[in-house]
Amino acid sequence: MNSKKSDFVKFEQVDKSYDGKELVVKGLDLDIAEGEFLTLLGPSGSGKTTTLMMLAGFETPTNGEIYFDGRPINNIPPHKRGIGMVFQNYALFPHLSVYENLAFPLKVRKVDKSEIEERINKTLKMVSLTGFENRMPAQLSGGQQQRVAVARALVFDPKLVLMDEPLGALDKNLRESMQYELKHIHESLGVTVVYVTHDQGEALTMSNRIAVFNDGKVQQLSGPNELYETPVNSFVASFIGENNTFTGTVKEIASGSAKIETDSGETIVANPIAVSSSGEKSRISLRPERVSIDPNEQLENKFTSEIREIIYHGDHTRVRVNLLGNDDFILKVPNASSDLKLNVGDKLELGWSSHDCRALDY
Amino acid sequence: MTAEIRTSDGELLSVKLKKVERRRRTTAFLLAAPLLFFIVFAYVIPIFQMLGRSIDNAEMNSFLTETHEVMQTWDGSEMPGEDVTSTFYYELKTAVENKYHGKIATRLNYEKGGFTSLIKKTSRKLKNFDENANFLDQFIDVHKKWGDIEYWQALKRGTDAYHFRKYLTTFDYEQKFDGSIERIPEKLRINVTLWLRTIFVAVGVTFCCFILAYPISHLLSVLPTRYSNLLMICVLLPFWTSLLVRTSSWMVLLQKQGVLNDTLVSLGFVADESRLELMYNMTGTFIAMTQILLPFMVLPLYSVMKTISPSLMRAATSMGATPFHAFRKIYFPLTYAGISAGSILVFVLAIGYYITPALVGGAKGILISNRIAYHMQQSLDWSLATAMATVLLIAVLVVYWLYNKIVGIDNMRLG
Repeated sequence: MNSKKSDFVKFEQVDKSYDGKELVVKGLDLDIAEGEFLTLLGPSGSGKTTTLMMLAGFETPTNGEIYFDGRPINNIPPHKRGIGMVFQNYALFPHLSVYENLAFPLKVRKVDKSEIEERINKTLKMVSLTGFENRMPAQLSGGQQQRVAVARALVFDPKLVLMDEPLGALDKNLRESMQYELKHIHESLGVTVVYVTHDQGEALTMSNRIAVFNDGKVQQLSGPNELYETPVNSFVASFIGENNTFTGTVKEIASGSAKIETDSGETIVANPIAVSSSGEKSRISLRPERVSIDPNEQLENKFTSEIREIIYHGDHTRVRVNLLGNDDFILKVPNASSDLKLNVGDKLELGWSSHDCRALDY
Repeated sequence: MTAEIRTSDGELLSVKLKKVERRRRTTAFLLAAPLLFFIVFAYVIPIFQMLGRSIDNAEMNSFLTETHEVMQTWDGSEMPGEDVTSTFYYELKTAVENKYHGKIATRLNYEKGGFTSLIKKTSRKLKNFDENANFLDQFIDVHKKWGDIEYWQALKRGTDAYHFRKYLTTFDYEQKFDGSIERIPEKLRINVTLWLRTIFVAVGVTFCCFILAYPISHLLSVLPTRYSNLLMICVLLPFWTSLLVRTSSWMVLLQKQGVLNDTLVSLGFVADESRLELMYNMTGTFIAMTQILLPFMVLPLYSVMKTISPSLMRAATSMGATPFHAFRKIYFPLTYAGISAGSILVFVLAIGYYITPALVGGAKGILISNRIAYHMQQSLDWSLATAMATVLLIAVLVVYWLYNKIVGIDNMRLG
């Protein structure tokens, strides 16, 4: 990894507006390292697909510059960029067979016949579709079409492959197995992948780094576990994984710990992440799995809640309780503790450490 | 044999299934029945009746049945004998008494010119005939044309119940009385010219429509809905105007003192004394027909283009194809179905087009359909008109067959 560039793709102060009134992407600065699997994650309309389209060359930045392998590419048309792309609906050419679809980028590059065949065979083997050469796209299942689309984006050995929600149309099981498959292909080829999705599970499973987009801006750019464990603001906390929140005002703040009075009047000891002075409003984020039931150890926060609803989920049970005025506080109870008898209306003692409870922006 | 399977109420499954199926089929038939009857009675039967007229001569045959029968033994190499002439005399006499000799004259005139006056004059003089003398001599006395054997040959041929000679006329051929088939004299050849012109105009108009419709259909398919709807209305607006009104507007625009010529003259592109001849020739037919038939090309193209995902072109360019290459290899082949559907629609409509060439075509711009109308309305040679119409119908069916043969297979490949 020593010779690999850390700024293989570089967005420099990129703005994009479609209508001249609103910025879809605002002052984007983003470096993508060579060989990395970077995911752009965000809700619809957050600017992630626009960012990808600017990189592919189908949209031009309103302001700023994009560099690819050291060259500015704003004025290079898409067909000269040499970037592979997998589209949301696969975009397989319906009138061409699988073989002809894969041969298309090679024929354009005037690769000779025997090499075309060799490369196609190799690529089809990689996506385990050997023997499907003469099928038409319509004769393939969704998962197979998806593999052909991936194979077609990889067959001409691009240094960068873009994927625009490629698994969106597949059913859940297939989507999960394809996630692993794509991850393995990425690992074995060492190609740089920029992947767009709105599915956080997909992003967490596959990526080296994730850029969380909201409102045209990158909210947080970090590895999957950091993103989950240490979100830097309340948008990221609420968007990634499940999350219980309280709102309140900072009363006392010291390094590593802050006392926050919730709107219901109780005081929570929290980890100050995005608050710096007392009197500030804050939103406190707490993951359901970090809450212990009937805590016997010494925890800074201990409160009594009342069960409102119990939902059976197979491997775990979700319990909705009322805690400190929050009626939507969710607990995840693993099914191993089946001795625990839960009934709606019961009181439940809950506790958590101040470290797991992050005081973020309001 | 496997055991009989029964439904839960004890009926045989196969019987029950048939019952259910029959009910479904009956419903389907009843739903289609009104239209089916309408088409059969208002369309299929009349068409076949009309087409039958191109070979049917049964009425004429009934007027002169006996003459026709007697003439079968006459080989036509020398003048007919008394058996023929006497039979013809008595039958013509009956015709005159019942006043249908006029029809006989008209029909026989199609076989050979001069028969009208011949029959009329003969009919007037028929009462002076001596029924005991030689009939042939008396016929020749009335009119010397009866001495020409060709008139007797025409009489024999003209009383056949069925004949296919109108189809020869359709292509400017004729059957001589000796049975040989020859082209008619050059200055009388008009039908072949018209057929060729009709095909040329139909192909040309189809091509013009394609050239004009392709870009606009593409634009329609990629524009946001609110703009594309507006543009669609502009394309379809002529559709909602009467064909006659539209053609007349073209006359206003294209005539020598018309809007287009006036504009060109006032802009100085054309001198006042050499105004362009845009009407009463092929130019007029071409311009007006292209405009009128354009929507038939736009609609199928649009409907096909609408289904082509824009990401296909993007995918092609992302793989390194120039926009032109991507268009040629990806977009264009995907529109084949629309092109062929639009082309066959426009071609089939154009090949039978009538009003527009009749109004703006003049002598140089009329098509075969105008000739059919002429024979229906003016010359009253319905047999020839229907023979021409039959040829036109067969031509259209052949085009459909080719379409199914070529594009049908192509479609399967696309599917």
